[in-house]
Order: sequence, then C-alpha cells, then structure tokens
Amino acid sequence: MSTIRVENLCCTYGAKTPFEQHAVKDVSFTIESGDFVGLIGHTGSGKSTLVQMLNGLIKPTSGNVYVDDTDIWAKPKEIRKVRFKVGLVFQYPEYQLFEETVAKDIAFGPTNMGLDEHRVKERIDKAAKFVGLSKDLLDKSPFDLSGGEKRRAAIAGVIAMDPDILILDEPTAGLDPVGRNVLLSQISQYQKSRKNTVILVSHSMEDVARVTNKVMVMNKGEMAMFDHTQKVFARSKELTSMGLRVPQVTRVIDALRSKGIDLPEGILTVDKAVYEITELLKKEGRL
Amino acid sequence: MRDIAFGQYYPANGILHRLDPRGKILMLITFLVLVFCTSNYYALSVIVASVALIVMLSKVPVRLYFKSLKMIVFIIIFTSILNLFYATGEVVCEFWIFKITREGINNAVFVCVRIICLIFVSSTLTFTTSPTDLTDALERLMKPLTIFHVKVHEIAMMMTIALRFVPLLLEETDKIRSAQKARGADMESGNLIQRIKALIPVLIPLFVSAFRRAYDLAVAMECRCYHGGKGRTRMKSLHFIKRDYITFLVVLLIISGVVLCNVFLPQVAR
Repeated sequence: MSTIRVENLCCTYGAKTPFEQHAVKDVSFTIESGDFVGLIGHTGSGKSTLVQMLNGLIKPTSGNVYVDDTDIWAKPKEIRKVRFKVGLVFQYPEYQLFEETVAKDIAFGPTNMGLDEHRVKERIDKAAKFVGLSKDLLDKSPFDLSGGEKRRAAIAGVIAMDPDILILDEPTAGLDPVGRNVLLSQISQYQKSRKNTVILVSHSMEDVARVTNKVMVMNKGEMAMFDHTQKVFARSKELTSMGLRVPQVTRVIDALRSKGIDLPEGILTVDKAVYEITELLKKEGRL
Repeated sequence: MRDIAFGQYYPANGILHRLDPRGKILMLITFLVLVFCTSNYYALSVIVASVALIVMLSKVPVRLYFKSLKMIVFIIIFTSILNLFYATGEVVCEFWIFKITREGINNAVFVCVRIICLIFVSSTLTFTTSPTDLTDALERLMKPLTIFHVKVHEIAMMMTIALRFVPLLLEETDKIRSAQKARGADMESGNLIQRIKALIPVLIPLFVSAFRRAYDLAVAMECRCYHGGKGRTRMKSLHFIKRDYITFLVVLLIISGVVLCNVFLPQVAR
C-alpha cells in the first residue's frame, strides 16, 4: 500500500506566451494509504492537471510528487513504473477501447507490465468481476457493448494493472442514475476489499459524500480545503463562493435546522437523513 | 503538438485583420508571383521591405512568424546549400571538390530570401484571417467555376469542417495518448516497427471517434435543414470598401516598384 505526497506542486501551460495559464499553483498535501479521497472543484480549477501529475503524465513545472517517499521524476526513464502503481482512469474512458475483444483490451495494461499469459488471464477475470462485467461479454468486441458496459470495461482495464493508488476522473459522468449508483458501489467495494487508496474526481457532491472519507477542494489552481468529508461539507458558505455546493440533502437538513427542528449537523446522505428523521419522529411519539 | 504555429489564426485588431478576405487571398497570390519575378537585388529589397511592412501591420508578434519558419528551416538551409555549390560561373573560392561561384552565392541568397518571404506572407494571411472567413472568401472567389459543374459550395464546406476539426482531433489524440500511456503504453522507445505498433492503440480509438463525430455532425446539420449551397444566404456578406481599395493601390505600387527595378536596373549574374 502506498502513500502519495506532493510538495509545492506547480504547473503552468504555455509559459511565456500570451496564453500563459497557471493550472496548478503551489499545492502540497499527503494522502495516506487506504484513504478514499474525493477531489472536487469548479470546471477549470486544475483537478485534471493535478491528477495527471500524480501518475507522471504531466511533468510539473516545479515541485515534487512522492509515491512511497520516492520522487517519481527521479528516474525519468522509469516513469512507466509509476503509472502501474498509480492507475488513472480518464474522463469518458470508453473512448480509449481499441482491441478486438473486451478481454484483450483489459489485458493491454497487464501485458505492458510484462506479466506472463497465465497471470494476465487471472488479472482479467479479477478486474472484470470487480466492475461487474459478466463473463460472456469478455469475448465480445468492445464496440458492441452498451455505454455503461464500455465504461466498466475501460475501468477494468486500469484495475487489471492492480494499482496501489487508483484515480478516477468523473467515472459516473454521462451514466443513468442506476448505472451511477452501481458503479459507485463497486468502486467503494473495491476500495474496501483491497484497502488501497482511491481518488475520485467528481462534480457530484452526492457521490462524493456517499463514498469518500476525505475531500480535497480545488479552486483556481489552488488547494482550498483538504479535510474529512464531514468537515468540508460543514463549510457550506465557502463552498458556495467557489461555485460548489454541499449535497442536496444536507441543504434540506440545514434548512430544517434553521427552522428549529432538532436534527444533528453534518448529514450527507439520504439514508442517514431518513434514519435521523425517523428517530426524531419516534422520539416525539409521532411515528 | 499544440504549438503548431503555421496556419493558426491570431486574433488581434489590426488593419490586416479587417480587410476583405477575398482581397487578401488575391493579394497573397500576387505577392507569391511577384516574389519569383525578382531578378535583381533592388527588386528583392522592394519585396523584403514590403514583407516587413506587412508583418509590422499585421500586429502579430514577430516571434510567431519565426516559429512558423522553424518547421522548414531545414528545407531553406538544404536548398540554399545545394544552390551554393551547383552553379557554374566565376569561381570565388575553392576547397577540395567544392567550388563556390558568384552565381552560386546569388542563387543561394535569392532562394533563401524568397522562401522566407513566401512563408511570412502566407502566414500573414492565416494569422490575420479566421478559417471561416478564409473558406468563405475561397467559395466566393471560386464561384465562376460552377459553370464547369464544380461543387464550389460543397468544397468550401468540407474545407471549413476540416479546418474546424483539426484542433479538435489534435486534442483528442493528446487525450487518447495520455489514456494509453496511463495503461503503460510505451510510445517513446523501441525501433521504428515497435513505434508504429505502439500507435495502434491511439489510431483505432481516434478513427472510431472521428467517424462518430462525422455522423453526429451530419445529423446536427440535417436537423438544421442544411441541404447544400442552393439558395443559401449569408449572415455576413463580403463587400469591398475604401480600405480594401487603398490596399489594392499600395499593392499596385509595390508591383510597379518591382517591375521598374527589374527593367531599369542591372540584372544579377545567375
């Protein structure tokens, strides 16, 4: 299991041109092994740039990324090894599928790692199981699958590399509500069973509130907050000023609290809200 | 891959940006011909001076011009050197099997200056004219060809679409490359065959997405009742106005300058 540490990370696009843009400005943090971190921020806040620097796809303009206390750019020739350790699932990953069959596509990552055929096969089966792809789909062409299945196949392609740290960039974007929920639970289960680090980039506060234990907030290239999920979502006003919001259900509970209804603070999920409200009604003898 | 300077529109508020694109294309063609009509250094310096004027007027940073030159710097050096050694005539200096002649030096200078002028002038057109304006103007200029059953509107539309999709596809290539690299694809090492093989995981998704985009675009165009060029009017129709006529006059002056230099001043030995 791995920790990821970042020190004074900066990334500037188009330096010294009229299009100069500071995508990430002086960001430092440590993500402990086994954390499930939600990364939120307004569009253009530098989330995607940040996660691409974590697995060495973008070289930082200045600053360092340490995975397990080793600087990932210490040996630039071995940067591929970092990418096997820090798996990154891009936004809309289904557009990267290219092989004849789903199984072969999932095998792309493990094969690049230089594993033998037998172990690659093992990895395919395990990854497919994790994302809930049924066995008969593995021999189909990836282009014949439905949108949701393609998404899962693509995620399986990264999970099959067995990364210590898994980063997902908006994995649920564009899926239907049921597909979102299922995929999210699968990621959550994956994290629980493997106890590895997962970073989830998302625009959905509900998703983040449901599965993560820590939240990092990016604003205009800077890290605005990094704390436990409950504590971050308690700072509703600051989040709003950054163009973000707390989960819908939290807003409802806050509104009820301001009307003098005795509900606890920091309710982030619908299930929890239902539980608390029923408890309250029982206590008042109305249920 | 994003910093390809040649053929990129650079938005600014200069006089050249506001000129009628049809006029600009015609003037570009005139200039290209004129560059090759120079037969002595006087004519050449008239051209160089007017190119310098154009570059200054374009309000595009000179750095960008040199950036667009960067891609063909090899061709310039190569042809100049070839010209330097392959001419016969009065020998200036000599070493081993190489002979440098006065004619050779002249040829080399001419070729070098001409190519640089060509690139600068044609870059000016693309720097100062947005792709839509450019194809619009081309469509209008090629209109007479319709009598030969050339589908001018369709060609112009295809060019507009192609130009619009170049940056999109570049961006997409970038994205897919990163995604495959994240899965451990090795694109930087290996011999030629291995490198070509490493492109497959990028090219297949790229093709698939290009076809998907083409299909989506066709549907979107049909939804807006697009049915080709017949009876289609434009939001901005092009008209030559005073400033266009003034620039034509300036170009005429340059042409006569070059012609006068060519006719009345001594030719260069070549």
